Amino acid sequence: MDRQPLTIADKTFTSRLFTGTGKFGSAQLMEDALLASGSELVTVALKRVETQNSQDDMLIHVTHPRLNLLPNTSGVRTAKEAVFAAQMAREALETNWLKLEIHPDPKYLLPDPIETLKAAEELVRLGFVVLPYCHADPVLCKRLEAVGVAAVMPLGAPIGTNKGLRTIDFLEIIIDQSQVPVVVDAGLGAPSHAAAAMELGADAVLVNTAIAVSDEPVRMAMAFKLAVEAGRMAFEARLARPSLTAHASSPLTAFLDE
Amino acid sequence: MTRSKNWFDAHDWDRVQRDIYTTTARQVEQALGSSRRSLDDLKALLSPAAQAYLEPMAQLSHQLTQKRFGKTIQLYAPLYLSNECQNICTYCAFSLDNKIRRKTLTDSEITQEAQALKQLGYDHVLLVTGEANQTVGVPYLKNAIRLLQPYFAHISMEVQPLDQPDYEELIAEGLHTVLVYQETYHRDTYRNHHPKGKKSNFQYRLDTPDRLGKAGMHKIGLGALLGLEDWRTDSFFTGAHLHYLERTYWQTRYSLSFPRLRPIDLLQNDTITSRSFERCMTDRDLVQLICAYRLVNEEVELSLSTRETPRFRDHVLKLGITSLSAGSKTNPGGYAVEPESLEQFTISDERSPADMVDVIRRQGYEPVWKDWDKLLTSR
Repeated sequence: MDRQPLTIADKTFTSRLFTGTGKFGSAQLMEDALLASGSELVTVALKRVETQNSQDDMLIHVTHPRLNLLPNTSGVRTAKEAVFAAQMAREALETNWLKLEIHPDPKYLLPDPIETLKAAEELVRLGFVVLPYCHADPVLCKRLEAVGVAAVMPLGAPIGTNKGLRTIDFLEIIIDQSQVPVVVDAGLGAPSHAAAAMELGADAVLVNTAIAVSDEPVRMAMAFKLAVEAGRMAFEARLARPSLTAHASSPLTAFLDE
Repeated sequence: MTRSKNWFDAHDWDRVQRDIYTTTARQVEQALGSSRRSLDDLKALLSPAAQAYLEPMAQLSHQLTQKRFGKTIQLYAPLYLSNECQNICTYCAFSLDNKIRRKTLTDSEITQEAQALKQLGYDHVLLVTGEANQTVGVPYLKNAIRLLQPYFAHISMEVQPLDQPDYEELIAEGLHTVLVYQETYHRDTYRNHHPKGKKSNFQYRLDTPDRLGKAGMHKIGLGALLGLEDWRTDSFFTGAHLHYLERTYWQTRYSLSFPRLRPIDLLQNDTITSRSFERCMTDRDLVQLICAYRLVNEEVELSLSTRETPRFRDHVLKLGITSLSAGSKTNPGGYAVEPESLEQFTISDERSPADMVDVIRRQGYEPVWKDWDKLLTSR
């Protein structure tokens, strides 16, 4: 069975595993892990790169024909700062794709829904392909969709916690009613978490910490790649769903129809 | 009554000290086993009883730090702008009563120092001065930040406490972080060590992080000067201060530092050093403190300076530390302008930034020169 590709805005992705670039023990290890993951979209924190320097160590290691850069605005606290940073990113990195992150809370890095919605609206108006990191809030996701974002990126659990799909009830609703791709971002700590998100019907997942801080990032990246593929395949093959009523293989009332 | 006074008065020094020194092994084990640790757990982890649990504390601290910060260590360098000071601090070479040659960098000297630091690879600079409002007041600092902006992505400052509007003005110029150490949270000891100058106002200093928080500072660094008082009790108060600030100014990031008293040259009053070092902590104590802070706060940044020895720094790098200074000069003009002028204190680790990068890499960590960009806060 051919795998269904994922299309976001003007790009089509074969891989549904998006990756991050933070926390790796070396830039080379990061590059090796990104390539092993099969990922085609990697997010890069503006605050970590020297945008004026084409020899920036991180940028060198993510410059690869298969990798698309997704600059993020990690560090900004308001919509105004996010819009300014996005414009700088577009100019420096020559992409209008943007992962919109506004988390004024530096302790838990939780996204500000109000500022995120305001910034998303403005950035879409300015021609950006906006992928907002947001709470697993179904109403917020619909509001973001209405202002024209290209995908929504609700969190599975607080970022960096490796706790898995703690927001599963809300993710189900978001996936059920979304008309744009849903990328589960943050909190996925194990390949099984990623597989579960894909089985749920998520269009993609974004993973960073679980790969970067493992003992063997390259092997962990491959494990996530396989898990995402398995989860997606299971979703497309239509998982048998749990049911409240029994479906016996030899129905007790079948004789009535005989 | 200020809010700062509220949190401070909620903790009685003597009672806190008694709690720490009467902690039982059972209480330490409870603190270690807890999934969300409280200030009571901090007392337990700072206690003498917790020394028997140093290895499990270190293991846990390593795991928690790596989960949150990854395998990365940030690098920064202090840039001393001036050794002028109107205060008497009994432990500091810049103290007013020390008859040393005073120096404040000029515009061209600031630029020379910046270029020297930039060549070493730095993108994060920490501006340091003594406390001399006439010479190095807000206009001087504002001008310095303007001069340094083209060279550095991240500008921090460790100078005299200022008023809220001053901080707002400097933030608008591009200041990102302010470090302000209370020195000691024990009022009487504080008074004894700061007999003259504006710094003798304990409460004004204690309220400084509040003024910073209200001004919207991105990051605030706290710490106690380890050696002035009982380090366990002072460190608890630092932790309690952080606890209060995090809940009040929730949009601000925080860092903690561990300045252990170091020898200084040309000290006029030689009775001071012996007294200052009476309460100094051992390496084992400092490891315990680093781990205790990490175990009660997974998100706080922990910074280690060149006050510590190479051997110690190499070993604690994995225990919870997230940022290091390297190749530091603690004298104005120390990098390029006047390398031989008087240092504020003698550093212990004289290795160059390049050497430290090798050390960091050998331990499987990535040295991070840049983790902020002023573009993110452009107004």
